[in-house]
Amino acid sequence: MSIALNAGGPAGPQGQTLRQLRDGVRRLTELAVTPLVPADYLDMFNPLRAGADLRGRIVDVHPETRDAATLLIKPGADWAGHVPGQYVRIGIDVDGVRQWRAYSLTHGPRRDGYISITVKAVPDGKVSNHLVHHTRPGTLVHLEQATGDFVLPEMPGKLLFVTAGSGVTPVVGMLRNLFPVADSGVVHLRRSEDLDITVVHVAPSEPDSIFIDNLRELHASRAINLIPRYDDVHGLLDVNRLDELVPDLAERATYACGPAGLLDALEAHHTERGMELFVEQFRTTFVEPGEGDQIYGVSFNDGTAVEADGATPILDAAESAGVLMPSGCRMGVCYGCVLPLREGIVRDLRNGEITKAAPGDGVKVQTCINAAAGPCEFDH
Amino acid sequence: MTVIQKQAVSPIAHLTPEDIEQLGVELDAIRQEFLDARGASDAAYIRKVIDVQRKIELGSRAVLLASVFPPAWIVGTIGLSISKILDNMEIGHNILHGQWDWMRDPKIHSTTWEWDNATPAAQWKHSHNELHHTYTNVIGKDNDLGYGIMRVDEDQPWHPMYLAQPLWNFINACIFEYGIAAYDLDLGATIKRKKTKDPEFRAQASKVLAKIRKQATKDYVVHPLLSLPTGSFFSTLAANVTANVVRNLWSHSIIMCGHFPEGVETFEKRSIDGETRGEWYVRQMLGSANISGSKALHIMSGNLSHQIEHHLFPDLPSNRYAQIAPKVKDLFEKYGLNYHTAPLPQQVYSAWHKVFRLSLPNGWLATTNAKNAPEKLKMLYKMATGGPKVRRAAQARLNQEARRLKAVA
Repeated sequence: MSIALNAGGPAGPQGQTLRQLRDGVRRLTELAVTPLVPADYLDMFNPLRAGADLRGRIVDVHPETRDAATLLIKPGADWAGHVPGQYVRIGIDVDGVRQWRAYSLTHGPRRDGYISITVKAVPDGKVSNHLVHHTRPGTLVHLEQATGDFVLPEMPGKLLFVTAGSGVTPVVGMLRNLFPVADSGVVHLRRSEDLDITVVHVAPSEPDSIFIDNLRELHASRAINLIPRYDDVHGLLDVNRLDELVPDLAERATYACGPAGLLDALEAHHTERGMELFVEQFRTTFVEPGEGDQIYGVSFNDGTAVEADGATPILDAAESAGVLMPSGCRMGVCYGCVLPLREGIVRDLRNGEITKAAPGDGVKVQTCINAAAGPCEFDH
Repeated sequence: MTVIQKQAVSPIAHLTPEDIEQLGVELDAIRQEFLDARGASDAAYIRKVIDVQRKIELGSRAVLLASVFPPAWIVGTIGLSISKILDNMEIGHNILHGQWDWMRDPKIHSTTWEWDNATPAAQWKHSHNELHHTYTNVIGKDNDLGYGIMRVDEDQPWHPMYLAQPLWNFINACIFEYGIAAYDLDLGATIKRKKTKDPEFRAQASKVLAKIRKQATKDYVVHPLLSLPTGSFFSTLAANVTANVVRNLWSHSIIMCGHFPEGVETFEKRSIDGETRGEWYVRQMLGSANISGSKALHIMSGNLSHQIEHHLFPDLPSNRYAQIAPKVKDLFEKYGLNYHTAPLPQQVYSAWHKVFRLSLPNGWLATTNAKNAPEKLKMLYKMATGGPKVRRAAQARLNQEARRLKAVA
């Protein structure tokens, strides 16, 4: 005897016929559009539909300060939601080149299903400047699902947020969720009644502070206790004197987001005193390209690692170390040797052009004319 | 045309090795200029072309659902032909060259793209990008020269079977996508070497067959069946066959014009040993020919109408070739080289003329006129039916006549 199990969908013989019919139509459509796939055509008309690669459409770009803006995005139907404090990786075409960056979600979950990120344009930041100054509503962006462990526990209790610069963004996401702001002002929800939150917000100067108005509003309504620190007024924040600003520091769980220097100092300070600390840091610190006469480690995901100098094509270096590599014309013409660079930095030996890849980017590079300009990890 | 190394007056005799290296440096500078310039407008261009092609295809296929009505058949067939040509030329060929890899869009990338053609993208990339573009016009290395079935050079000994090469060339043009698939598989040579049982060949061949099956199912089964409700099965089938043949004839013509017209140079195998970057550039310059014409012609030819620029910079975006061309032309002038360009009908005629000329023994066409035609035909008949000895003797006579004719001129 056998038992037929229906995994989802309508049960019974009718459901089965329906499913078969649906599969038949799908198969027929695939045959009719080969070598493309049905999605290629559907994407032309509805790129945000369920089943499509995850994308979003920018609905609004709202300036926060002179060099920061909040982008309101309508995510595709398959957006799985997020927890305040999490971030999203977003891919946008800048000068025609797809660039991926991670940004904290600064709003929601919202009723209209939109999400928002707040971006501060950093000097020489290709993507951040584009997002803040040159992005128009209607632009399509590529998304990954929200991720990140920088979220609040179920029963938060006494908290301290230390934020610096654009590190305020995930914290604003959390605060907005705890204390929604209506036209009548800050709404005090029952679930947030027992919270005791102090925010130490660090910025170079007051006008450069993103979300300072929001933080002030929360402070005024006694939702949080805001302690702003401006470098130009108060001098640089000394982490070792944090307890002067926050007397009950030891009783609070600390959530910090900001540049590496601040986070490192906090980590040392808290570890020494045995206090709880959760951190979030985004700014990828890229290795600057090294010189051609240096030796770099080039590794592949099967575990093999080779030494390559900065003047030898990666293809040649890998082959002479016994790695079986795809290859072709060996002069940069045929693109037969292209491999995804998972992380690292390479230099085009023909014109010195530098290509960098951060984890998750998987930038495809020609190995026959590129040499390592730093440690490299390839998908191969 | 005879390989450049054996010509009485070489078109590059006036260039010193230093000149050639300097020429390479100047071409590198042009490449860099356009690498620096490419950006959002280029990305928008290729996305636009892809979008238009897909809409034309969808529209044509929809119209063909009622192809039993002659106007629908005509409109649908024209649309489908255009869509297939765009897919193969301006989109497929150029994406598979890696011209758009710099956008880092995984959907428009040489490693992921597949096209509406019998030959799978991966195999075509090997034979085209790697072999043809590296060994351009090197006799014995670049199989694009005559696809291994034609006599393309005076130095190849004439054989009676070459008399039929215009016919082969025409048949190849009609079924070009299958010709290309066979050629990417190196089918002819594999059969000759009795290597058809080789597992690697088998694996490749089964990939080609799978691709052909998919393509044929789409064009000759699925779409005709979808048209069945309006009684348009056979008319849609005919429309799809027609569109495929039109695409084949068009792409064959464009590609013939790229390297085959009279005056395009070929090179000896030996000559590329230790070739410098400058020398490689010069070979590309002399081994390619352009087609002059309208913007529409350039797009429909996948900008292979700028074959010279494409061969110099195969991975620069095709929409830039028109801007690169004047700069390249200036370099041709500066270095005293012949920039080979002519309108489409002229280049097609020239290429076909060469096919006919080389189908005949060397010098035959040149020495034949209305007066001596009967005598010459008799001689040709003897050469075609006689043994190697007869052929050699007759060829010697032809060579002598041709020399005399040249001396008079």
